[in-house]
Amino acid sequence: MKYLHLVWASLFRRKTRTVLTLVSIIAAFLLFGLLDAVRSSFNQAGQSANGAARLQTGSKLSFIQTLPLSLQGQIERVDGVKLVTHANWFGGAYQDPHNQVFSFAVAPNYLDMYPEVAVTEAERKAFAATRTGALVGEQLAKRFGWKIGDRVPLQSTIFPDRQGSKNWAFDVVGILHASDKKTGGFFDQMFLLNWKYFDDTTPYNQGQVGWYVTRVTDVNQADRVAKAIDALSANSDHETRTQTEQAATASWMKQLADIGLIVGSIMGAVFFTLLLLSGNTMMQAVRERTSEIAVLKTIGFSSRSVLAMVLAESVLLLVLGGVVGLALASAIIPAVSSGSGGMLNLPTVGKDSWLLGLGLMALIGVLVGALPAWNAMRLNIVDALAGR
Amino acid sequence: MTWLMNALLFLFLLVVMAAWVMLPWPGALALALLLAAWLLLTRRGRQARSVAGVGISTLRQRLGASAVIVVGIAGVVGVLVALLAMAEGYSETLRNTGSTDTAIVMRGASAAEVASVLDRDSLTLIPQAAGVARDAKGEPIASSEIVVAANLPMKGGGPDDEGSVQLRGVGDQAWAVRPQVKIIAGRRFEPGLRELIVGRGAARQFAGLEPGREIRLGTQQWKVAGVFASGDAMESEIWGDASVVADTYRRGSSRASVTVRLSDPQAFGGFKTALEANPQLKVDVSTTLDYFSQQSEKVTKVLRIIGITVGTIMAIGAMFGALNTMFAAVAARAREIATLRAIGFPGLPVVVAVMLETMLLALVGGVIGGLAAWLIFNGYNASTMAAGSVGQLAFELRVTPELLWTGLKWALAIGFIGGLFPAVRAARLPVTTALREL
Repeated sequence: MKYLHLVWASLFRRKTRTVLTLVSIIAAFLLFGLLDAVRSSFNQAGQSANGAARLQTGSKLSFIQTLPLSLQGQIERVDGVKLVTHANWFGGAYQDPHNQVFSFAVAPNYLDMYPEVAVTEAERKAFAATRTGALVGEQLAKRFGWKIGDRVPLQSTIFPDRQGSKNWAFDVVGILHASDKKTGGFFDQMFLLNWKYFDDTTPYNQGQVGWYVTRVTDVNQADRVAKAIDALSANSDHETRTQTEQAATASWMKQLADIGLIVGSIMGAVFFTLLLLSGNTMMQAVRERTSEIAVLKTIGFSSRSVLAMVLAESVLLLVLGGVVGLALASAIIPAVSSGSGGMLNLPTVGKDSWLLGLGLMALIGVLVGALPAWNAMRLNIVDALAGR
Repeated sequence: MTWLMNALLFLFLLVVMAAWVMLPWPGALALALLLAAWLLLTRRGRQARSVAGVGISTLRQRLGASAVIVVGIAGVVGVLVALLAMAEGYSETLRNTGSTDTAIVMRGASAAEVASVLDRDSLTLIPQAAGVARDAKGEPIASSEIVVAANLPMKGGGPDDEGSVQLRGVGDQAWAVRPQVKIIAGRRFEPGLRELIVGRGAARQFAGLEPGREIRLGTQQWKVAGVFASGDAMESEIWGDASVVADTYRRGSSRASVTVRLSDPQAFGGFKTALEANPQLKVDVSTTLDYFSQQSEKVTKVLRIIGITVGTIMAIGAMFGALNTMFAAVAARAREIATLRAIGFPGLPVVVAVMLETMLLALVGGVIGGLAAWLIFNGYNASTMAAGSVGQLAFELRVTPELLWTGLKWALAIGFIGGLFPAVRAARLPVTTALREL
C-alpha cells in the first residue's frame, strides 16, 4: 500500500498512452456489463421464491390447446394446494394486428396468486365490478398513453365476438405495478381482462381454460403436487403437463435463444483483444522505464517488490478502466430501458456481474502484467544502466 | 489555434465517415484506384510512397504493437459479421419460404396462421376465386391447412425438457403449392393414418424424429414416415394429414389458412379484390412473400440493432488501441520524420504515409475477421422461437459477400480514424523540437 503513489505515478507517466488504453478497457467492460445484464435477465427469469411456489398447468399436447374448466375444482381438492386460478390467452393487438399486447383473460382470484404485483384494493374492486374492466401494466399504459377511465379499443387476433367482429372495447379501471421486477416485471407490460366477460362474448371458447396456476402450501411439496395434478387427467383426452413457474420460464428462455453461448463467444473475442492491447501497453511502459527500474533496484528495492509493483500497476490499470466501464453500463441500462418505452426491460448490473467483472479485471491484470513484471524482476542492474 | 484545427479535423472526420457509410463498393474501388494513381504518378505521391515504404518495412520490428491493430479490428469485424449473419440467415429463411406467385388467405386480423380459423364455407369459396391456377384435371391448386403446435422432447435436453414445434396438417395439394418440398428419407405419410413427415430442421432439434420411429403427441402414438427438405422455414415444421391432425386437436372441419398457387404473379391483385369484395368472407389476403417477410421484420431489426451496438462499442475499443499503437509508432519515428521535413518533404506525404500504414493493418485485420466469421459461422445452425409461429425456427447463419464488405468498411473506417490523429501530429510537430528531442 505504501508504494501506491509510486505505482500511480508510473501508471500516468505517459498520460496519452494510459488514457487511450483506459478507453479501450472501459469499452470492453461496458460491453461486458451490458451483455452480462442480458444474460442474467435470461437466467434469472422466474427464479424466485414466488416462482418456485407457483405451478403452471397446461395441455400436454401443446401450449395452444385448452383445458376444461371442470379441472379447477379437481385441482383445488389436491392435497397441498393453497389456491388455484386460471387464465386464457387473448391475443390482443392495439390499432394494428402486428402491434401485439400481452393480454390475458383471468379469473377473479388471479391477482391473489401474484403478491409481487401491486394494485390498489379499490382498483381490484372496480375490476371485479366492471364487466368490461381491464387492469393495465404501468409500462404498457405509458407506451400507449392510457389512463384510468379511458375506453380502449383492442383487437383480438384470435377471438371474434358473437357478431363476428374482432374489435373489443375495455374500460381501464386500474394500473398494475410490479414490486419485484424479477418475477413480476412482465406485469408492467400486461393487459388483464375478466375471464367471464371473455367467455361470454366469444363463441369460440365455451368454458375452456388456457392454463391453470396453482400455489402450493409448501414449496418442498411442489413436485409431488405437480405429479398429483397431472394424474387427475391421465389417459383422458386432455392430459396436462404441470411445471413450476421457474422451470417453465427457464424452458421458454432456452427455446428463445442460447444466450449463454452468444454472450460467451462475444466476450471471448473482446477479452482476447483486450489482453493483447493492454499487454502491449504494459510491455511498452516497462521497456521505456528500464533504467528507472535499475535505479530502484540500486537503491535497495528487492526483485520481488519490483515484480509486485509492475503487477500492481497493470491490475490498477485494468481495475480503473473496468470499474468505470461497469459504472457506465449501470448508468446506461436504465436509460436504455426507459428509452425503449418499455419494450426492453433489462436489470441493472447486479452484484454477481460486479463480482465476476472484478474477478476478470484482476485476472486480466495479472496475465497482462506477468511477462513485463518477470522481465523487470530479472533485470540486471549493470546491463540496464549501461543501456545494453 | 490548435483547438480550432482539432475541431475542424473532427468535423472533417464526421463528414468522411458519413460519406463512407453511404459509399457502395464501386465508389470505394474508384477511390482506391484514384489513390493508387496519385501514389504512382505524382511527385507528392512518390514521396508518400517512400515514407510509407520505410514504415511498412519496419513493421516486423513492431510486431506486438502492430498485432494490436490487426487483432483488435479482426475481433470487431468477426463479431459484427457473425451477428449480422444471424439476422441475415433468419430473414433469408423466412423470405425464401414465400414467393410472389403463391398467396395465403387467413381470417381477417389474424397476426399469424395459428391464430386464424376458417370455417368450411370459406374453405370451399376461396379456391373458386379468380386468379387461382388450375391443375391438369381443372381443379384449383389450393391447399387448406391447419396449423397447431406440439410439445416434443428436445435433443440433448433432460427428460422433462420439452420444446414446441409447429405441426401443419395438410392434404395432397400442399405438394402442388410448394414444389420446393422434397422427401429426402423415408416416404410421405399415408392419408388417414397417424403418420408424420418431419422437416430436416425439426429433426435436428427434436429427439426421436427419425423415419420408422414412433413419437407421442399428447396421449397418441404417431409414426414418423419420412423426412423432408425445403431450404426454408417449412423445414422447422412437422406435417401430418389435415383431417387426422384436426381430430387430435378437436378442430372439426375448420382450417387455419388456405395457400393457393396463382396463375401468374400479376393475378394477385384480382384474387385479392375478389375475396375482399365477397360479403360471405372476412379474410386477409397476402402473397406468401409478403406474409413471411413481415413475420421476419421485427426479429431481424432487433438482431441488426444488437449487432451494430455491440460492433460499435467494440469498434471504439479497437479504435483507441489503434490510436495508441500509431501514436507510439509516430513517436518512435519522430526524428526520421523531422529529418524528412527538414530536407523539404511537405506535410501531406507524411500524413498519407502514416494513414496508409494504419489502413493496411486495418485491412489485414478486417480480412482476417471476415474470413474467420465466414469459416466458423457460415452455415452454422441456430434456432429461436420465431415470431408469428408457435414452434422453433431453425435457420443457418449466412455470411454473404455484402456482409463481408460491410465488415471491411468498418475495418477501414476504424483504421482511418486510428491513423488520422497520429498522422496529423507527426506532420504538425515543429521540425526543431522533433530534431532536438531524444
